[in-house]
Amino acid sequence: MIEIIVVEDRKRNLYVVEIQDNGAGMSPEVLKQATNPFFTSRKTRKVGLGLSLLKQNAEQAGGGLQLFSAPGKGTTVQATFQFDHLDRPAPGDLAEVFLLAAIGHDKVRFCYRHTTGSGSFSIDTAELAETLGEVSLAVGEVRRAVAELIQNNLEAIGATR
Amino acid sequence: MEKITSLADLKRIKEQVQSKIKLREQSASAEKLVQIRVGMATCGIASGAKETMSFLIEETEHQAIDAVITQTGCMGYCYAEPTVEVTLPGRQPVIFGHVNRERAREIIDRYIIKGELIDGMIPVNFKTIDE
Repeated sequence: MIEIIVVEDRKRNLYVVEIQDNGAGMSPEVLKQATNPFFTSRKTRKVGLGLSLLKQNAEQAGGGLQLFSAPGKGTTVQATFQFDHLDRPAPGDLAEVFLLAAIGHDKVRFCYRHTTGSGSFSIDTAELAETLGEVSLAVGEVRRAVAELIQNNLEAIGATR
Repeated sequence: MEKITSLADLKRIKEQVQSKIKLREQSASAEKLVQIRVGMATCGIASGAKETMSFLIEETEHQAIDAVITQTGCMGYCYAEPTVEVTLPGRQPVIFGHVNRERAREIIDRYIIKGELIDGMIPVNFKTIDE
């Protein structure tokens, strides 16, 4: 299961993105190296840029990156940005990203929760699967409907675009 | 049309399309599916793999191709991202590099539908001297 938690806290001037999984986790040695761009657990190449770039983006926006992980317990990545910082990257199309991740990994359960000063919205692929029955999320009409559902709800709580 | 804001609204949409989908699914048995994997690591995303994947989902559906489209990590061909691996039923997987919308269309129209070989395939059995 992967949880994606976004919190927009304008009062404290924060935009926080947290991603948690219940996967294999990392040993302390790997955890220490995880944000080093020249470290990766892969064999196909020698660089690992994902976490290092996220860290760079967070730090450039006056925030930072925190990693918590233990073998067998899973991993939590928390990136904090200053909300009004000029270098805070735009979040992009969150509905599309969620949908592509869910369609692209149909065996993984994704939970996404987005909280702003005016409310909270959450969506869970397990709930979606229950609603949709045997109909796939990848079917055009369904896909567009879910994207609209997410967009309408994010709009309703005034999520930053 | 009413705004979709809840799972109940989604259920309504699902019921509208369900009958149509049943017909579609019966025609597709697992071994007839085209499997498409899109490289979505940092390198892929930075090169536009999100647009490529969206386009592949829409276009295969539009052309009524029974395809399963999934995401994968980096295959080590960062220089050629976005990369897409296509497995036609009963065939070896083939990896294509630099797959933007135009290339994705070419892959669907020529490789998936007609089975023609096209430029830009990455030879996966290639080995470097170190290996």
